Amino acid sequence: MDVKDIIRDENLVYKRTKLLTDKPLSYCPGCGHGVVHRLVMEIIEEMDIVSDTIGIAPVGCSVLAYEFMDIDMQQVPHGRAPATATGIKRCWPDKFVFTYQGDGDLAAIGTSETIHACNRGENITIVFINNGIYGMTGGQMAPTTIPGMRSSTTPYGRDTSLMGNPLKMTDLVVHLPGTYFVSRQAVHTAVNVRKAKKALRMAFENQKLKKGTSFVEIVSNCPSGWKMTPVQANKWLEENMIPFYPLGDMKVNGEIVKQG
Amino acid sequence: MGELRLMKGNEAIAEAAIRAGCDAYFGYPITPQSEVMEYLAAEEPHKRTGMVLLQAESEIAAINMVYGAAGTGKKAMTSSSSPGISLKQEGISYLAGSELPCLIVNVVRGGPGLGTIGPAQSDYFQATKGGGHGDYRLLVLAPASVQEMADFVPLGFDLAFKYRNPVMILSDGIIGQMMEKVELFEQRPRNTTFDQSWTTTGKTPDRERNIITSLDLDPAKMELHNRDLQAKYQKMKENEVRFEEIECSDADYILVAYGSSARICQKTVKLARQKGIKAGLLRPITLFPFPTDIINSYAQKVKGFLTIELSMGQMVEDVRLAVNGLVKVEFYGRSGGVIPSPDEVLKVLEQKFIGG
Repeated sequence: MDVKDIIRDENLVYKRTKLLTDKPLSYCPGCGHGVVHRLVMEIIEEMDIVSDTIGIAPVGCSVLAYEFMDIDMQQVPHGRAPATATGIKRCWPDKFVFTYQGDGDLAAIGTSETIHACNRGENITIVFINNGIYGMTGGQMAPTTIPGMRSSTTPYGRDTSLMGNPLKMTDLVVHLPGTYFVSRQAVHTAVNVRKAKKALRMAFENQKLKKGTSFVEIVSNCPSGWKMTPVQANKWLEENMIPFYPLGDMKVNGEIVKQG
Repeated sequence: MGELRLMKGNEAIAEAAIRAGCDAYFGYPITPQSEVMEYLAAEEPHKRTGMVLLQAESEIAAINMVYGAAGTGKKAMTSSSSPGISLKQEGISYLAGSELPCLIVNVVRGGPGLGTIGPAQSDYFQATKGGGHGDYRLLVLAPASVQEMADFVPLGFDLAFKYRNPVMILSDGIIGQMMEKVELFEQRPRNTTFDQSWTTTGKTPDRERNIITSLDLDPAKMELHNRDLQAKYQKMKENEVRFEEIECSDADYILVAYGSSARICQKTVKLARQKGIKAGLLRPITLFPFPTDIINSYAQKVKGFLTIELSMGQMVEDVRLAVNGLVKVEFYGRSGGVIPSPDEVLKVLEQKFIGG
């Protein structure tokens, strides 16, 4: 079997979604952003909602998400994506509106906007990438940096007696009456990627129901910020991040199914 | 003739918003402008026109809600007062950088800091020189009556969309709170079509994706963007300068004042004329673009200018730039919520120019 046989249509089992642009990703090798970008774009293509979808890019590593996602997007000030999404969704209740935010954006500077959008029950989808570090600015402590974890501003590890505790945003929003679906997933293994896609799909499907906010946290890695190879980073994520941020659906159809 | 009503300035803004076909108002309470949102809430604009009204969790959230709605081509607005407007500055800078049309109302109170709830004009610099970070300008309208509070809402939206730029109505606690007769304009329809060349309403097969952003990491492109913005502000300077002249044609002395100060000075001009002093009033209606040329042309023939502000001296800098040393430019201002009387202004005019 030569190459021509292999690339025949009937042998095609997978191809890149057409909603990802040809622009090379600006993310570091091994970073989870690329996978989550792909999942979100696949879902929008599969649901055939691109002409009704508006995405919000944050400030952080994914500030340039609009370069890679071939959909209408707005780039907004640091942390304000849920407010901007609210502004759009209130004016266009039948459109699909999602935010794509990192942990600094969503859980530090944007805490207020996140909590209030979730509490009002805005019919939007919030995609929250938690890698426990500020990647873009060079690896400083994030609100989600776990105890003992090193960063450029916690070079000896996060000492919670000095730097305070990590904030588990997903555990918090699960208890707000406005959230309809809350899930925490990961994308470091093929199995996890499939589970994450299922959760993200539900988070977008829910917008048709107009019953509240859908919030999906993706526990991810940062090989550059963590000063690890991609393989080491995924192992460290498995052994340290996931025990602290356990995976699974936490609220489904407005009912809490698992406490954080 | 349109419907006549006796209204507060803040109420006139709110009623005008509904009538102007505004799509969405996002706000946060602060004295002395809370009546804007209260009036809207009582009117239930979703029932009258389908307009969205939402009380946000902060001024910061409100301006970013405006950003989202504006980015889809909707006519969106917010209102606040000085400390709240300071909080909005980040969002305003992004709106200007991303070239989004919207209307922002500042019913100014005294500062700095928490300051006072009394009226002031001490946000002139913030409104006209940028306010947030980066090289940008807002088109700034300064109403001097409740009638203008109403009329500047549709005008503000028209200008915002004409230039794809945020427009600010720079009012103050007097104009916001006082009641006057207003002739209301007829209800305008809300927009039903949106310019697909830039709005983010969902990418359709017939066009490329639209992106709302103020970011470009390529210095050459970012400089080009800044040059384009400056060219736009230059067009505003050429086309949008608005001002009112009262008894300026034969004046020896011209008072320059905007908003509520101009109302006070209007009386001062009358009092001065009664005493045989040829005084006039030049009232800038747009603070950016500033009526530089008309002030400069009067500078060729009058003996002096007196700028009156409810601040410690902000607009006077633009008056001095316009006069460019040709004649004396004096300043008198009160602050902290204190308001000068017409007699007080007349005394200052006499002391500074006539010697009394």
